[in-house]
Amino acid sequence: MSERAPLLTLNGVNTHIGPYHILQGVDLEVPRGALTMLLGRNGAGKTTTLRTIMGLWHASAGSVRFDGADITAWATPDIARAGIAYVPENMGIFADLTVRENLLLAARSGPIDAARLRWIFGLFPALEKFWLLAAGVLSGGQKQMLSIARAIIEPRKLFLIDEPTKGLAPAIIANMIAAFHELKKSSDTTILVVEQNFLFAKSLGDAVAVMDNGRVVHAGAMTALVADRDLQQRLLGLSLDRNQ
Amino acid sequence: MSILRAILSGDPPRGRPLALVLTAIFVGLAFAPLLFPGIGALNVAAKICYFVVLAASYDLLLGYTGVVSFAHTMFFGIGGYGAGLALYDLGPSWSSILIGTGAALLVAIALALVIGLFSLRVRAIFFAMITLAVANAFSILASQLSSFTGGEDGCTFRLPELLRPGFRLVAGPFAISGRLISYYLVFFAALILFLLMLRIVNSPFGRVLQAIRENEFRAEALGYRTMVYRSIGNCLAAAAAALAGVLSALWLRYTGPAVTLSFDIMLDILLMVVIGGMGTLYGAVIGATIFVLAETYLQSLMAALNHATEGLPLLPLLFHPDRWLLWLGVLFVLSVYFFPAGIVGGLQKRR
Repeated sequence: MSERAPLLTLNGVNTHIGPYHILQGVDLEVPRGALTMLLGRNGAGKTTTLRTIMGLWHASAGSVRFDGADITAWATPDIARAGIAYVPENMGIFADLTVRENLLLAARSGPIDAARLRWIFGLFPALEKFWLLAAGVLSGGQKQMLSIARAIIEPRKLFLIDEPTKGLAPAIIANMIAAFHELKKSSDTTILVVEQNFLFAKSLGDAVAVMDNGRVVHAGAMTALVADRDLQQRLLGLSLDRNQ
Repeated sequence: MSILRAILSGDPPRGRPLALVLTAIFVGLAFAPLLFPGIGALNVAAKICYFVVLAASYDLLLGYTGVVSFAHTMFFGIGGYGAGLALYDLGPSWSSILIGTGAALLVAIALALVIGLFSLRVRAIFFAMITLAVANAFSILASQLSSFTGGEDGCTFRLPELLRPGFRLVAGPFAISGRLISYYLVFFAALILFLLMLRIVNSPFGRVLQAIRENEFRAEALGYRTMVYRSIGNCLAAAAAALAGVLSALWLRYTGPAVTLSFDIMLDILLMVVIGGMGTLYGAVIGATIFVLAETYLQSLMAALNHATEGLPLLPLLFHPDRWLLWLGVLFVLSVYFFPAGIVGGLQKRR
């Protein structure tokens, strides 16, 4: 793990959605150049944490610092321009636009870099095949690939990825794991992934944070959590023997 | 072929049936003075031309940006009044047209910017209500400032000599009259404006507008300031509508609330866009053509049917020319039923 300052730091972040108090003092550090997994049961506040980082919900208290700047009150486009790419849970692709147009939109700083596009096609060959097809007609897995491709089409400092394996068949999840390994290998970027699938999480994560009831209740190295069955049982309520 | 593709901004009509229908409309309008002699037919052709621009500019707003506005005829009216009042007050010269058009564009863009800023603050339905209120206020203002605008009666004005119906550039069997010059001015201006709008929707800017329409938060998360894009989209649509208004004023040599600001026209362009197909500028061409043709010729068609079915029970009553609006309504209900994605959507599916 890097000894440099964390790329992203959340300090006592509280977020309200209407009358509901969802995040109740989230403290989280995302180390540079590592893949951090954010785990927790449904409703623990994982997605709200990502949306708060992106400015899609604004924190009512606490602070979000990214790369030395306090981005707590920033508008979403400014946060994106600062170098954070977000892949939402529902994929958020533009269904009426083609695969090509979806990627062109994401390449905000200019034309798509040909070498990077070739690298993406290597990760997700289906995107090359359906290059000129409307994204709405892709399968669930292909849409997820497009969604991730859109995030990585330009170098970014931080990727926020919400449940990339949700609803995907095991074979596609295996592809996704391979793609993430490739992504970790090929680019010096920091990734924060919200995940429910522990098998997926443990195969990729360098660091891990576990949330419950709107707070981070555990943070540390993934290897430590993988090695400690009791901790898994206590934090995640998992009997992981069948998942190991 | 590649030149044509470039002219159409790399977005030619998809599918042979659609291409054929659009070619027929283009040829019909381009050669209207030869194909359909008579002042009535030329009036219809010119009306189609400026309504294509108006409907396409509304589609830029509704179909591409997802903004529901009822103030579009206001911008059409600003164009009509801008050119009309300048020609009336400053005299029938080309500079009057330029000054009137320039002023109308400035007013339309400034108003669109102010109204557009509301789109950030309020939900779509409230934005629609705000536009309705502003358009209504503008219409009342135009009627009440009668010393300036001509009030309910509107304002009739003269055009530069070259555009006057009585002017003859060439006499004889192949006469080139001022009316013919006026028609081609309207036709080519409408064509250029349409191609410019096609260029806009196929540009990176147009892609962002479509992304905002589909998922505004997602577009923001990609780093696009949606308010800026929406406001520019609003201003471009308003400017195009104002230019359509200028064309209508130049053709009619008249401007008034009934032909530019009326809410009926707002409903007409909404129908043109929906019938033709939202989110495709070619839909505006087809929608405007069908609508103007139906509005103009349905009554005569029904008179003929009424005459032909004379003696039969019930039918002559159904086909009485006074019931043309009823049949226009039936026609629209059927077209929306059979072409839920608009006529362009229907024709594209039949590839």
